[in-house]
Amino acid sequence: MLARRNPQLNSHGELIHLLSIEGLPRAILTQILDTAGTFLSVNDRDVKKVPLLRGKSVFNLFFENSTRTRTTFEIAAKRLSADVINLDIAKSSASKGESLLDTIANLSAMHADMFVVRHSESGAPYLIARHCAPHVHVVNAGDGRHAHPTQGLLDMYTIRHYKKSFHELTVAIVGDIVHSRVARSDIHALTTLGVPEIRAVGPKTLVPGDLREMGVRVCHDMREGVKDADVIIMLRLQNERMSGAMLPSAGEYFKSYGLTEDMLALAKPDAIVMHPGPINRGVEIDSRVADGSHSVILPQVTFGIAVRMAVMSILAGNDA
Amino acid sequence: MKILIRNGRVVDPASGRDEIADVAVAAGRIVAIGRVPPDFTPERTLLADGCVVAPGLVDLAARLKEPGPGALESELAAAAAGGVTSLVCPPDMDPPLDEPGLVDMLKFRARKLSRCRLFPLGALTHRLAGVELTEMIELTEAGCVGFSQAEYPVKDNLTLMRAMQYASTRGYAVWLRPQDPSLSAGVAASGAVATRLGLSGVPVVSETIALHTILELVRQTSARVHLCRLSSAAGVELVRRAKAEGLPVTADVSINSLHLTDVDIGYFNADMRLTPPLRQGKDRDALRAGLADGTIDALVSDHTPVGNDDKMLPFGEAVPGATGLELLLSLALKWGTESKLSLAQALARVTSEPVRVLGEALGSLGQSAGRLVEGGVADICVFDSEAEWQVTPDALRSQGKHTPFDATSSGTRMPGRVRHTLVAGTLAYSAELSKSSDATSA
Repeated sequence: MLARRNPQLNSHGELIHLLSIEGLPRAILTQILDTAGTFLSVNDRDVKKVPLLRGKSVFNLFFENSTRTRTTFEIAAKRLSADVINLDIAKSSASKGESLLDTIANLSAMHADMFVVRHSESGAPYLIARHCAPHVHVVNAGDGRHAHPTQGLLDMYTIRHYKKSFHELTVAIVGDIVHSRVARSDIHALTTLGVPEIRAVGPKTLVPGDLREMGVRVCHDMREGVKDADVIIMLRLQNERMSGAMLPSAGEYFKSYGLTEDMLALAKPDAIVMHPGPINRGVEIDSRVADGSHSVILPQVTFGIAVRMAVMSILAGNDA
Repeated sequence: MKILIRNGRVVDPASGRDEIADVAVAAGRIVAIGRVPPDFTPERTLLADGCVVAPGLVDLAARLKEPGPGALESELAAAAAGGVTSLVCPPDMDPPLDEPGLVDMLKFRARKLSRCRLFPLGALTHRLAGVELTEMIELTEAGCVGFSQAEYPVKDNLTLMRAMQYASTRGYAVWLRPQDPSLSAGVAASGAVATRLGLSGVPVVSETIALHTILELVRQTSARVHLCRLSSAAGVELVRRAKAEGLPVTADVSINSLHLTDVDIGYFNADMRLTPPLRQGKDRDALRAGLADGTIDALVSDHTPVGNDDKMLPFGEAVPGATGLELLLSLALKWGTESKLSLAQALARVTSEPVRVLGEALGSLGQSAGRLVEGGVADICVFDSEAEWQVTPDALRSQGKHTPFDATSSGTRMPGRVRHTLVAGTLAYSAELSKSSDATSA
C-alpha cells in the first residue's frame, strides 16, 4: 500500500489543517508554542485585538455540544478580528437528516475560510478536510476518542511555561485514557517534544496495555504512577463511566486513582497539576489539590486562547 | 452454441492438468479437452494464445445488493466479468431468505440473466431474528445450499444447538460467522492502531469465544459447519486443531483479510471499514499460511456493494463492506505468487475447493463445477495471467464502487485479467465484446 501524504501538511510541509498532533514535526509544534507566546500579551492589552484574520470567516461547527471549547475558539477568532459564526449542528441540520458532507458543502458555499470542528466520531475532521474547498482550513476541536490537538498544544504551552524544557520530565496522565482524545493528543505531543517518561495511570479497563505501543509506560498503581512526576495531568471521568462495567463506582475510583494531597506528596516538590476541565471535584481530584499551589488549571485556560490564536493565524498564512 | 477455445494453457486444479490444449464446448458441456474431434465445427472460436483456461470461479460469499434497482443484473454481470461462474449469497436481503417463495423468485430471476449460477443460503431462523427455525427442508428443495444467520446472532446457545441438531438430521450445512455479539460492536480490530486512532475495537476473543462455542456444539450435534470469514491467527489455529480432530468443519477467508491489515486504515479511510475488521500483520500471515496449507478451504470475495452515501461518512458511521467479485481472481493470483504456490494451487482455493465445501448441496453439478472435465458443465474462465491492471471504481460493473484496493488509495497492482467467461457453455462475459473500457492496462 502506498503511504499517503499527511493531509495536515501541504507539499512544502506547512500546516494547512490541524487534525492531530500525530505526524507533525517538532518544528511545527514549537512554532505554534512560540507564536502563542507573542499572543499572550495581546490578551493583556486594553484593546485585545490584532487584525490578522480581518475579513475571514471562521465557522464553529459543533456536532457535539461543548460550551467551553467553543467559547475559547470564538474568543481566539474574535481577537484575531475574524467574523465568527457558531453553528450548533447537534440541534440543526444533522437532526433534519442532512449528511455531514452536505452540511460542509453548504457552508463552503457561504465562503467560509476556516472550520473549527467538534464531532463525536473519531476521524470526522479528516473527512471534512478531504472534501472541503482547497482554501478552507480545518481545525479539529475534538473528534470522538481520537484527538484534541489544541488542548494538547495548550497543555504543552503550560508545561513549557512552568518547566522551561521537556527533555528531563516525567509526565503522568491519570484516568480514563482509553476514551480520552486529550490523552492521545498529549501523548503524541510529549513524545514529539522529547519527554523521556510518559506514564498512563489507571485501572486496566481505562488504561489498556496496547497503549505501550504509543510509547508510554502503563501504570495500574497510582502511587507508582505519580512518584517523582514533574507534571500530573488529571483527566475528567465522564459520568457514564462512573458505574457499570468499566468501574464499580466513583467512590472506589477516587480511593484508587483520585489525586489527593497525600498522593501529590509522592511527586516532585515543584510538580504541577493540570486538568483539561471541567473538573469533577471528589471524583478524580480533591478540591484542596485543584485549588492548591501546585494547580495550574486556570492558567491552562488563559494559555488556551493564545494557543488557538496561534493555530488559526498560522493556518491562515499557509496555502494548500 | 458450439465454442472452441484454442491454444490456451488449460489448468484444472482438481486433476492437476496443466498443458496447452484446445477445449471444445457444445450444448453446455465440455465435449473435449485436447483431442477435439475433427468433425467439431465451432460457431465461435476464442483464441486463447498466452491465456489460461481455468474452471469458472466459485465464490462462497457475495451479496447482491438485493433488493435494489438493477442490482441483480449489475452484480451478476460483475461476477461474470470477474470470471465467477457460481456464487453463494447469504440470506440477509430485505426480506431475508426465510421462505421458499423468495428463494424460487431469486433463482428464477438469476437464471433468466444467465450470467452466473446463484446458490442462496437460506436463513437459519425466521427473519434472521435468531429465535425460530425456518422450514429448512422446503428451503433446500427451493435451492438453498445451506443455512446461515449472515451477520446476525442466534438468541442463545440453546437455539443454536437446536438449529444445528435439526440441520444435521438432514445433513444440511450450517454456515456461521464466528463472532460473539457482545464483543463485536467495535468498528476496527482491537490493537495498537484502533487505540491510536481512538476507534472502538473488536477483540480477537470475539472470534475465538464464538469458535469454541461452535466447535463444542459440532462435537455435540455432529452438524456440518462452514466457518465464514476467519480473521485472526488464533481463529486459524482453532480451526486447524478442529480439523485434525476430524470435526466436519470447513472455513473461508475474504480477499480483504488475506491482503490487508489495520495499518491500511491510514487516515480513517472508510473503504477499510469491513466486517470482520482488518487485523494485525501476524493475523494476516496466519490467514495466508492457513489458506495455503488447507486449514482454510476457500478464498471468498465477501462482495458487499455499499453506496457512496453510506461510505462518505466518518469511519465509525460508514457502512462496512467492499466490492469484490471483479477482484477475486486477481487477488487469488497475487496471494499465490507471493506465497510461491503453483497457479493450480492458487486457483484451487477459488474453484475446486469451494465446490468441495458445498459438497452434496450442489447435487449432480458438484461432479464437474469448479473443474474442467470432459462431459462436465462448461463453466470456464479464460484469463490473461500476464496482464496487470489497477482498480478504477468507475470501470467496475458492480454498483459497489468502494474497495480497499482502489488504485487512488492503494496503488495495488492486480495480476491477471479475465478475457472470457462461459457459464453452461454460453459466453456470459467477453472483454472484447464489453462496451465499457476496462481499467487501465499496465
